[in-house]
Amino acid sequence: MTTRQNESSAYEQVQASSEFQELRKRYRNWAFPVTVAFLAWYLLYVVLSGWARDFMGTKLFGNINVALIFGLLQFVSTFLIAWLYSRHAAKRLDPLSDKIRGEMEGSSNG
Amino acid sequence: MGEHALSITLFLVFVAATLGITFWASRNTKDAADYYAGGRSFTGVQNGMAIGGDYMSAASFLGIAGIIALSGYDGFLYSIGFLVAWLVALLLVAELMRNSGKYTMADVLAFRMSPRPVRTAAGVSTIVVSIFYLLAQMVGAGALVGLLFGITSSAGKAGTIVVVGLLMIVYVVVGGMKGTTWVQIVKAVLLMTGAALVTLLVLGRFGFNLSTLLGTAAEQSGKGQAFLEPGLKYGVEAKGLAGKLDLISLGLALVLGTAGLPHILIRFYTVPTAKDARKSVIWGIGIIGTFYLLTLVLGFGAAALVGSEEIAAQNAAGNTAAPQLAERVGQLVFGDIGGTILLAIIAAVAFATILAVVAGLTLASSSSFAHDLYAHVFRRGTATDKEEIRVARIAAFAIGAVSIVLGIFAQNLNVAFLVALAFAVAASGNLPAILYSLFWKRFNTAGAVSAIYGGLTSAVFLVIFSPVVSGAKTSLFPDADFQWFPLENPGLLSIPLGFLAGYIGTVTSKEYRADKYAEIEVRSLTGAGAEKATPH
Repeated sequence: MTTRQNESSAYEQVQASSEFQELRKRYRNWAFPVTVAFLAWYLLYVVLSGWARDFMGTKLFGNINVALIFGLLQFVSTFLIAWLYSRHAAKRLDPLSDKIRGEMEGSSNG
Repeated sequence: MGEHALSITLFLVFVAATLGITFWASRNTKDAADYYAGGRSFTGVQNGMAIGGDYMSAASFLGIAGIIALSGYDGFLYSIGFLVAWLVALLLVAELMRNSGKYTMADVLAFRMSPRPVRTAAGVSTIVVSIFYLLAQMVGAGALVGLLFGITSSAGKAGTIVVVGLLMIVYVVVGGMKGTTWVQIVKAVLLMTGAALVTLLVLGRFGFNLSTLLGTAAEQSGKGQAFLEPGLKYGVEAKGLAGKLDLISLGLALVLGTAGLPHILIRFYTVPTAKDARKSVIWGIGIIGTFYLLTLVLGFGAAALVGSEEIAAQNAAGNTAAPQLAERVGQLVFGDIGGTILLAIIAAVAFATILAVVAGLTLASSSSFAHDLYAHVFRRGTATDKEEIRVARIAAFAIGAVSIVLGIFAQNLNVAFLVALAFAVAASGNLPAILYSLFWKRFNTAGAVSAIYGGLTSAVFLVIFSPVVSGAKTSLFPDADFQWFPLENPGLLSIPLGFLAGYIGTVTSKEYRADKYAEIEVRSLTGAGAEKATPH
């Protein structure tokens, strides 16, 4: 093991590298907007449940109303986002992070 | 007595099997990584099932089915909040935590800051959240034994709580994270199977037509179409604006609380890599989402086949709706014996559920006590692995004992209140500190400490002055009235306060360590230097 001081500066070098900046950008540019989007979508559902009950109670077919469909759509969007994220991570994040980690561990373990 | 004998037998089979697993797991528990993190050697799928096991508590299974059975659609709001919350964990927390932490939530915070004050704060909030949650499960166990095992005397209930407490102490003390994880996996399989079985039978009664089921439920509830629309529980007319704001507040606490629950966070450490942590959350989302879809049918099914009145007569909060439904639908499909058998199965599953969640919570809080408070704050990092595990086991014993005693005395507390409070405290006290720590370069010790204590105290403080504690018929102290905060759930105010406290604490302190942020950012995103799995 190197000393803590050297190790930290090694991390700073990696952090400044264009490869890492690219990884960081790919992660944040996906995760942050999607988080804002699903929270907004969820809060819209909660707010409509509180303030637009007539609309939510509108029957679509049989006893199935807008509220039920809206709720089920929250399930669909959650499953969809989880699937899309795992695809994004496997394609766009994992190869790059594996590469950076490989370089770092290669150089420190000799 | 026949049905109870069958319930008890099935439950004993579960106990015997899980104890066997626990002792088997204990033979492979040698060092601290084994005890705290199951050697980090579970697969993503196994851990995903264990996530389901840890998360689908009595509050989800019995509580949500009960709320839907009594208040209709509004119960569904809980399921959705509990599920969407997992996206926060998936996108922002799970992988980064796996890469940068070791055994507890505090590891991630202490990484960048002065360890002692931050670990103390994180340890305190871990234990507070876990105890509220734990208490809810213990109270739930006591309330259920009447229906499930025919025990109604208060001595009998106290005895049941002691048995639940002792069992969970054995799971945790003997099996550590390995034993506890296997218990969660077994429980998740049983719970999903049981819920799916009853759901199929219920849907079969209605010709697999959801619309017919909903129509009958609305009719039997005595509330008509309103039963299928939002608003019965969070009525505008009843409480005015406060009722609506309370809905938003609850929604926020549910969706932001999950990623701050200590017993969920430590699950991410039980797998070898961040990729496995991601995989386990995705499996968890699949299992939990499917389960909540089943509870939707269970809840409306209970209203349709048992009737809201009959459910409320058995338990005012509706907590027994699912077992009552199992008995009724069993009778309808297979005759009296079918009803008895199905009730026994669901009763045993419900008990197994409580037992497993209680074990997970005890493990989380005792780990934090031993790893954060004892090893790092009290011993300043000089404790050996052996000493740490010994303290963790003693702490598990002590926390188990405390929750047995509290569980006996708190029999009349409202379960939903305790769980909502745990979520609000987790969302206000833990989540801001975790997110700042992972994503905000400037964040520092003063910020972390004020985020945790600020969020924690504002959540607890607001609840004390809410209608939950005094000033209403359903309050903890219905005869006293010192209530001035109108919302039952503090989240709407206390979550922003937690974030604000963290921000103010940070900018008013000069401490700024760019080198440590570089380290946590690189490590969390790449997994360089992350804790490895123990080979066995």
